[in-house]
Amino acid sequence: MFNPAPSSGNVSVAGQVHHPALQHHFDTLEQQKESSSLGMWMFLVTEVLFFGGLFATYVLYRLRFPGVFAEASHHLNVPMGALNTAVLICSSLTMALAIYAAQVNKKKAIVPWLVATILLGATFLVVKAFEYKEKFTHHLVPGPNFDLTQFSPDHARPAEMFFSLYFVMTGVHALHMIIGIGLLSWLVVQSRKGRFDSTYYNPLEMSGLYWHFVDIVWIFLFPLLYLLGYHAR
Amino acid sequence: MSEHQPSIRPYILVFLALMVLTAATVLVAKFDLGAANDIVALVIAVTKATLVVLFFMHVKYSTRLTKLTVIGSVLWLAFLIGVTMMDYASRRMSDEVRGAPYEAPGRGSAGQLGDVGGPTDPVSSPAAADGE
Repeated sequence: MFNPAPSSGNVSVAGQVHHPALQHHFDTLEQQKESSSLGMWMFLVTEVLFFGGLFATYVLYRLRFPGVFAEASHHLNVPMGALNTAVLICSSLTMALAIYAAQVNKKKAIVPWLVATILLGATFLVVKAFEYKEKFTHHLVPGPNFDLTQFSPDHARPAEMFFSLYFVMTGVHALHMIIGIGLLSWLVVQSRKGRFDSTYYNPLEMSGLYWHFVDIVWIFLFPLLYLLGYHAR
Repeated sequence: MSEHQPSIRPYILVFLALMVLTAATVLVAKFDLGAANDIVALVIAVTKATLVVLFFMHVKYSTRLTKLTVIGSVLWLAFLIGVTMMDYASRRMSDEVRGAPYEAPGRGSAGQLGDVGGPTDPVSSPAAADGE
């Protein structure tokens, strides 16, 4: 799906000039793009269900221990979480603008917007790393060093469960961010080679779908993890 | 799908809406609305996700097949969470049908994680009672 280089020549049987990015099993570039989109969305459906399993676990334990989740959530850093939400939204905008640059054939603008997206993604990960470090310092990482005494006695063990969910959900999300940054770096290389213009930018569009999906996951994670019982802090 | 003329304007508007909604979700959480806190947070999150899907992910201008796929993902997510919760909510019920007395499979002490039998079992009552 991401390979723009055709194996055959650039001239079709009928003698018409063939777009270099059009693969031989598609009739038109538009058909190729629709195929790619559908395939990418099918993958994203599996991603929705992958994160869906984690959200189902969250809902289950949240209903089982509502007060505990509110108490444990007070140990998360809301300003950092909110900052990261804003950073991700900005990165979605720059990603959309990179694709827009390709759509209107402003080829020189593609790379700067992609680099901006990578930098914002990296900012998110750095903020996340500081948050994780804070949790390690405060003994809030599930395991033998988890400090149960920070919670009311009945709440301590389920609070550890909240932090297990916190680390798995944000950790898997961060892994998606790292993969996304890898994709974007590859796009920078391809864009510098001039592979994308208004006639063909499928890899930009498909990576954009992935990037925005990861943004949407965070849009749900932020209120569900950070803002529980926020009024009682 | 390609009759759509790309324009920067919707991207900027969606970006601003997403920022405002992020601020709104934090502000609303500062007020104690009881269960409505969760509803408001989810409504805002779903609105934000819809904006991202329609405009940033171009689904508004995509084929009907893509739109159907997107709706399908939401449907399956609802099945996944909904049916899982139906299972847990009805476990005690199936014990009663069998005639077996309900015993929490937890490890005894309050607040243990072994049992997820339902919100009304005695172990969870203290946690449930102190509310959100």
